[in-house]
Amino acid sequence: MAIHQIDPGLVPFQILDPEGNLVGEMPALSPERLLYFYRMMRLARAFSDRIIAMQRQGRATTFGSLTGQEAATVGLAAPLQPQDWLATSYREIASLIVKGVPLSTLVYSFRGYTPPNWPAETRCLPYQIVIGTQIPHAVGLAMAARIAGDPVVAVGVCGDGATSEGDFNEALNFAGVFRAPVVIIVQNNGWAISVPRHRQSAAPTLAARGVGFGVPAALVDGNDILAVYETVRQAVERARAGDGPTLIELLTYRLGSHTTADDASRYRDPAEVEAWRAKDPIARLQKFLRRRDLLSEEQDEEIGASVLAEIDAAVREAEAMPPMAPDSFFDYVSATLPPRLQEQRAELLRFVAPSPSQRQPGERR
Amino acid sequence: MAEMTYRQALHDTLREELQRDENVFLIGEEIGRFEGSYKITAGLLQEFGPKRVVDTPICENGFVGLAIGAAMLGLRPIVEIMTINFIALAMDEIVNHAAKIYYMFGGQCPVPLVIRTPGGGGQQLSATHSQNLEVWFAHVPGLKVVAPSTPADARGLLRTAVRDDNPVLFLENLALYNTRGEVPEGDYTIPIGKAQVMKEGHDLTIISYSRMAVVALDVARRLEQERQLSIEVVDVRSLRPLDHETVVNSVKKTNRAIIFEEDWRSYGVGAELAATLQEEAFDYLDAPIQRVAGAEVPLPYSKPLEQAALPSARQLVEAVDRLAIRKRRVVYA
Ligand SMILES: Cc1ncc(C[n+]2csc(CCOP(=O)(O)OP(=O)(O)O)c2C)c(N)n1
Ligand SMILES: [Mg+2]
Repeated sequence: MAIHQIDPGLVPFQILDPEGNLVGEMPALSPERLLYFYRMMRLARAFSDRIIAMQRQGRATTFGSLTGQEAATVGLAAPLQPQDWLATSYREIASLIVKGVPLSTLVYSFRGYTPPNWPAETRCLPYQIVIGTQIPHAVGLAMAARIAGDPVVAVGVCGDGATSEGDFNEALNFAGVFRAPVVIIVQNNGWAISVPRHRQSAAPTLAARGVGFGVPAALVDGNDILAVYETVRQAVERARAGDGPTLIELLTYRLGSHTTADDASRYRDPAEVEAWRAKDPIARLQKFLRRRDLLSEEQDEEIGASVLAEIDAAVREAEAMPPMAPDSFFDYVSATLPPRLQEQRAELLRFVAPSPSQRQPGERR
Repeated sequence: MAEMTYRQALHDTLREELQRDENVFLIGEEIGRFEGSYKITAGLLQEFGPKRVVDTPICENGFVGLAIGAAMLGLRPIVEIMTINFIALAMDEIVNHAAKIYYMFGGQCPVPLVIRTPGGGGQQLSATHSQNLEVWFAHVPGLKVVAPSTPADARGLLRTAVRDDNPVLFLENLALYNTRGEVPEGDYTIPIGKAQVMKEGHDLTIISYSRMAVVALDVARRLEQERQLSIEVVDVRSLRPLDHETVVNSVKKTNRAIIFEEDWRSYGVGAELAATLQEEAFDYLDAPIQRVAGAEVPLPYSKPLEQAALPSARQLVEAVDRLAIRKRRVVYA
């Protein structure tokens, strides 16, 4: 049992060690499912690399690297049911992909546009960039689902830095008091831009916060996808069964820079980065699968080629999507546009005439 | 005089104030090791050490409150909020405490606090990261709000803010950091609450602040060349207290006013200025006061869309044309 009622302790829960050896109880996962995890992690890394390359070419906006956190982000989304909610930051793009948000929708958003077709049925909130604010939302989603009597669980994910914000602590308190069917997950990637984890909180672990709020917590090796999957699965099950919230700290590492606007080598010891590179989450699962003859060399290469092809297709699709009309930002300011804003819209159109080719058929004006 | 960027002017002033008064200290997110998200505090941690340059956990309400406590004991904290957007998380500490402690403690306890923060759009930072929220603070008694547009004013006003015994919101602008200008030598200060006539003129007055004042000056100079229009440009520099006298005197001279602001139009800085002008210069106005402001939308992420939503020089020129037409009618009718 990865989830502790009182003190999560200091030893992270692990199923695969960094060499890919099984050191815990194997969860009930089929070979196909394990290969799916592996493929999604490869996809996440390649996707991150691609958007960063596009940003350098002026084809995408600021982007935060996902590299090094693939086990955490794929593993946390994998146990969720379609009806479950997911509220994340910019660092959990891979979780959104696993939950069903199309790659092309994400690429379009990184071109700087609001996707017209954000897939509401995936029950993913658009990723949040104001730190920590999605965690109260997750608790609210969970409480609403419970009031409605739906067997729905909400998962809120944030970074280690976000745990310092009032929002995080208030959300955790609410979750505990109301026994909300929520799982609050902290991706502790060691850094909040240039601030190391130990300058964020004097607590021995971030999971230890659970004790103070009466919320059961787990400390997990976030680079071990089996441990992440199994812990989140148990927490989601607990929540669905009416047993209340869980706090989960995933210990991982941001191998890349904070975003494309950052250069982490200015403030990080390269030895630290190298030590974590040796604990690469993708290599860990790869070793395990190879050793068990679940992944041949050819299959591995095939997966590499197929994720690149999938990303190529998504980028082509997103780049073929028309840019938003120049006055489109008036569309969703509020449910109905008040007269003064209608005037402002008309005024704006005198300065920027929308070219008809930029409009999609049937697009709202 | 030395030419320098707005960024350099802020940096040098912080450094000098840290040297001048050991009660001054800096606190905020990413200001030390990272040297500030916009590098205003470059080198200061190294020079002054972690007691004077304090990197914080991510908790805006917490470190603003902490700075208020320190200020009550006579220290002079200079808080950096990474961008004005995150100030929303610290509103209670600023509005209910920084602004009211002096009053509620019967004048026994001043709060000599400076909150530096950049606002403004045009950087492709999207809806929650590109706002102009200064008017929230300009509305609150007990706060001072300054918004310099040039390196020289940035320097003079920051010195004054640090030495002032009241809480001061010091508004910077992301698009101004790399702008250059002449900065006088020596320990000069600029009083809070004094507007500046950036350019004299007699046909009409453009009133502005922060980045839009720079755009306004540019437009005024261009129209003087191209159309022989004589435009006065007033940079109010302080939003609270507001210098009524300079603004009103300018409009009494030119009889026409345009307010040019980057914030949202409804209830914006321009609304206060227009109300002041009609109260104090109604009989001098030959035409309705014009406001050129940001479209009232969350700012888009995409560059062309963002540019479309921001107030532009083109819109300002059009407003000038509207007033200039009226002027001709008056002259030749
Ligand atoms: C309320 C708020 N304050 C500050 C910021 C600026 N900021 C953006 S990312 C970041 C660091 C976040 O660190 P962490 O929570 O550990 O997430 P990570 O980026 O490591 O995934 C900060 C301070 C912000 N976006 N929102
Ligand atoms: Mg982090």
